[in-house]
Amino acid sequence: MTKAKWIDKTLEGFLILCVSMTALTTLSVVLILGKESLSFFSHVSIVDFLFGTRWEPLLEPQSFGVLPLVCGTFLIVMGAMVIALPAGLLIAAYLNEFASNRFRSVVKPVLEILAGIPTVVYGYFALTFITPQLKTVFPEMQVFNAASGAIVVGIMILPMIASLCDDGFRAVSTTIRDGAYALGARPYEVMTQIILPSAKSRVAAAVILAMSRAIGETMAVTLAAGATPKMTLNPLESIQTMTAYIVQVSLGDTPAGGIEYQTVFAVAALLFVMTLTMNLIGNHFIYKGR
Amino acid sequence: MKDDIKEKEVILKIENLSIAYGEKLAVSRVNLGFRKNQVTAVIGPSGCGKSTLLRAINRMNEFNPIVKTEGNISCRGQNIYGSKVDPTDIRRTIGMVFQKPNPFPKSIFNNIIWGPKINGFLKDPDQVVETALKRAALWDEVKERLHDSALDLSGGQQQRLCIARAIAMNPEIILMDEPCSALDPKSTAHIEDLITELRSNYTIIIVTHNMQQAARISDETAFFYEGRLIEFGVTKMIFTKPNHKQTEDYITGRFG
Repeated sequence: MTKAKWIDKTLEGFLILCVSMTALTTLSVVLILGKESLSFFSHVSIVDFLFGTRWEPLLEPQSFGVLPLVCGTFLIVMGAMVIALPAGLLIAAYLNEFASNRFRSVVKPVLEILAGIPTVVYGYFALTFITPQLKTVFPEMQVFNAASGAIVVGIMILPMIASLCDDGFRAVSTTIRDGAYALGARPYEVMTQIILPSAKSRVAAAVILAMSRAIGETMAVTLAAGATPKMTLNPLESIQTMTAYIVQVSLGDTPAGGIEYQTVFAVAALLFVMTLTMNLIGNHFIYKGR
Repeated sequence: MKDDIKEKEVILKIENLSIAYGEKLAVSRVNLGFRKNQVTAVIGPSGCGKSTLLRAINRMNEFNPIVKTEGNISCRGQNIYGSKVDPTDIRRTIGMVFQKPNPFPKSIFNNIIWGPKINGFLKDPDQVVETALKRAALWDEVKERLHDSALDLSGGQQQRLCIARAIAMNPEIILMDEPCSALDPKSTAHIEDLITELRSNYTIIIVTHNMQQAARISDETAFFYEGRLIEFGVTKMIFTKPNHKQTEDYITGRFG
């Protein structure tokens, strides 16, 4: 074998190793989640788990209905989307059709910095800044509450939505944009009636991927939203999300191997299925938008 | 024929026009007049500034912040670049058809009424659509499926739809930027026939790199080279007895 060929082979082998590492990691996560969840579901019926409305695995009598955690997650995700979607769309629209190049070149990096702040910082920001502010408006509000968590998760996913929508708008070809302007259209007409409809599947992808990110968000909601699994849609109350529950058990002194410990895997498996589904749908929309 | 042409009114006048991309001069001190109800072809090799000149006429260059425009363009005596003139108004009266067909991702019907609608003069949508499509020689092919997506049409049909869309605005002048360059020969022939017919209602300025096309459909031809207007005159004369060596070299295919 020549030397060049030898290098080629070695390099190829190394690259295959790198690729298989990521594949293996994913695979082992799925395997472990599956194995532990299966053993959980041999004790608790999957119907009780999915449709039960009381989540008290650590107290007697135990109850394993996951809906309160799903409800808490849902509350956070919806609240975050209510904040982030309109703001993200407006930012993307502004950057695309109205802002000067110079302004754009300043704002885009700022948005990206926002995306790079560690989520635990956001959590403390929610607890020490947003909650006290909210309390001046709603004095009856609990210290740990869904609203504060939702707001901060909204801020966290805002750059993602703005950036994905911006890319989507940008992907609308300049020839279509030119065509619209050549008919005497104004920027807001071009934006709302030509670009937005053309980019709708990319916007849908942005929404779903951001929701997936919000569902999986951990630190901020663990810190800000509380640890009280509850079926409520009132954002002023303390709730618990799926991720926050996993943190609570992982950090606590629940002995490994027991049914209480396995709940974490069941919740994680459900979380995994939810985010995986949303990512698949989101990527499908991105693909469709091309 | 030559005398006929010279008698027609000059509707659009370009005076001392220079256009630069940053430091690079793309169009240099051009003086040119376009006559009413005539087809004027603008020819020249790639990069000679012909598209830039065309886009200056309806102020489309302004979307590129590095473009600097100097000089005057006036339409019926009104300065297009006047300080109080809104470029949007200019684009309403000077329509444009682009190199690549660019229908909106909407129905055929909505593509045509969009311009009149946003500009607030849409009264009878069905009538507007029918008239525009008939003038663009597309009516018979699409009348049964006006509410289908415009993107389902063939390339040639899409380009005629874009012409119909421009016509629906009732423009005086229609600018065409190499409208056939993305089309097959059959669709090209179709569009060329259409352009010849449209002349009775509109003033047409067409940029083309296809010299046979310029010879076939235009009344007058302007030849550009490196941003300068080299020669302008009746098409027949340009193609049979050009005054400049460069024009002759270009039209005989010696460069370009």
